[in-house]
Amino acid sequence: MTATARTDVLIIGGGMAGAWAAIAATQAGASVTLVEKGYCGTSGVTASAGPGHWWVPPDPASARQEAVAARLRAGQGLGDGAWMHRILDLTWCTLPTLAPEYRFPQTDDGATNYRAVRGPEYMRALRARIDNLGVRVLDHHPALELLAWSDGSIAGARGIRRQHGNSAWEIHAGAVVLAAGGTAFLSGLLGSRNNTGDGYLMAAEAGAELSGMEFTAAFTIAPARSNMTRTMSYSFATYYDVDGRELNAPPYGPAQTRFLASALQNGPVLCSLHRVPDDIKARLHQISPNVPLVFDRWGIDPFRDRFEITLHTDGTIRGLGGVKTVGDDCETAVPGLFVAGDNAAREHVAGAISGGGNVNSAWALSSGLLAGRAATARSRRPRATSGHPIGLGRAGLLPSGSARPIDLEPVEATLRREMREFDRALFRSAAGLEASRRTLDAAWQEIAAHAQGDNLKTREAAALLATARWSVASALTRRESRGMHLRMDATEARDEFSKRLLSGGPDDVWTRWENPVTRTRQVSVEAVS
Amino acid sequence: MISLLLADRCTACNVCVRICPANVFDAHPQGPPEIARPGDCQTCFHCELYCEADALYVAPDCDQSVTVEAGAVLAGGTVGQYRRHSGWHEWEGAFPNEQWLMETVFRRAAEAAARPDVRPGSPIEGGDRTMRAQHL
Repeated sequence: MTATARTDVLIIGGGMAGAWAAIAATQAGASVTLVEKGYCGTSGVTASAGPGHWWVPPDPASARQEAVAARLRAGQGLGDGAWMHRILDLTWCTLPTLAPEYRFPQTDDGATNYRAVRGPEYMRALRARIDNLGVRVLDHHPALELLAWSDGSIAGARGIRRQHGNSAWEIHAGAVVLAAGGTAFLSGLLGSRNNTGDGYLMAAEAGAELSGMEFTAAFTIAPARSNMTRTMSYSFATYYDVDGRELNAPPYGPAQTRFLASALQNGPVLCSLHRVPDDIKARLHQISPNVPLVFDRWGIDPFRDRFEITLHTDGTIRGLGGVKTVGDDCETAVPGLFVAGDNAAREHVAGAISGGGNVNSAWALSSGLLAGRAATARSRRPRATSGHPIGLGRAGLLPSGSARPIDLEPVEATLRREMREFDRALFRSAAGLEASRRTLDAAWQEIAAHAQGDNLKTREAAALLATARWSVASALTRRESRGMHLRMDATEARDEFSKRLLSGGPDDVWTRWENPVTRTRQVSVEAVS
Repeated sequence: MISLLLADRCTACNVCVRICPANVFDAHPQGPPEIARPGDCQTCFHCELYCEADALYVAPDCDQSVTVEAGAVLAGGTVGQYRRHSGWHEWEGAFPNEQWLMETVFRRAAEAAARPDVRPGSPIEGGDRTMRAQHL
């Protein structure tokens, strides 16, 4: 039997963006329900990481001007300075308000550090805040599809209670915020298992557009056979081939990642962290307590021994793609649907390069606030239509052909091959991308035609394949190299492609260049108390 | 991947059932929870962090389950290590959170790379405050 409830604002996803959205919506006066696939506090990539928010003081004013100018240059034409200033200010004004729940530490000079938070404690603090505010948090309640009224406006969502026999829930809401994260295509990126692109597929089924889906070619280092994608120590790494010869790697950064990917195509790569300064070695367990777990449990001294490394894809998480926002309040093109965090496209705040931990964190916080507030305002509008909402989910839930069991093993193998291997996902070419497109289309058609029922993993597979198809189609259309998108058959940036690329269509995938926006718009900078 | 639930330590509080983001555990009316779906474990170590009884052990191998022996793991001293070093529960204050040092480390690395004459171990202050490290 379906459990049905009603709320002003429904938030899908309980990572940092969803939690900040819940805070903002509650403070704006809405009743808020937050549904989370796992547990709000441990689920999503923030909880296992250590986000250092983009953090530039307002004074002197030149500091932010310079930071934004540097980001705009590095972003190769895709950034929007007004938006960058906006998220810098929202982050600066808002993050310290978490002090009652998060113990912001004193640095060696006695100053309070706000920007660099530790993931488990940050998410624990956000959970405590939203619990205290009276947000209704439903853990282990994955959403499977959005619901719409007959006029196409969003009416809520439907999903399952996975700790109650997968029985169905349905929640009707005045507005919905999608904060379901991005996806790393089931790679070993730490904490990313629940991030399967569900929010992209749900938005696209409702008619929203995506943007920047070609910018998925980010990879992060980890000890081989582990998912410990915490990179700080590797800024001092030395690399070797299997014969013990030191590799002449460029300094830490995207160029080094590409270098290591090339080296890994030829064989194992070993790493030593002996160059890490002694004072940092001694404090590593207090900077990132999860990093030593891997080494200590394997009996490796990373500061003396050489260990094998790997690279895990970050997909859209350290990448940039997502649902395109329209206007200034994180609304999508679909009435009643808002988007935050990695669920949203981020070229306007990051440019064509990775937002890394800092821009992406500032964006997750800021977009959560904006979406939460705007969703509250929307929920107060009287509804134009009546009747019962209808489910919008198709692939993985409702087959277009005859229902039959779906084997997910080949889907996972396809994603591994097409979205995680270097020759396809990092060193791109038209031929490789065309091959990916054919394979992904076939896998998509199998699920869309035949999968039936409320099976979470099948629905996740549909979302992963949808995301992969937009990524590959966009990478094919962008016949140049720009930022993290590298085409081996077009290695230079081209002026005519200095614009954003939209994509969409769950079944018939399309791409379209966005008309270059005039960047004269004034965005009001506002703070949240 | 989750490897051990030490039943003699477990208090059956079921916090792991509640907080595991991958829904790996099942509660049981009597006794400790069960590691019901180990293949779904994402090796995030959160269950260890939340387990005040230090009754759980996650092996770092994320691709496959590995067989570990409880006695050897306990002798290795890494059970409860994450919770201790994170300063959770009774360890609050014992190991202060120094996450803020991370940006300093990236800055020092960039400066060391730019100036090979400076030994990496030497303390370097100041530098480029706008450097953007790609850390999460």
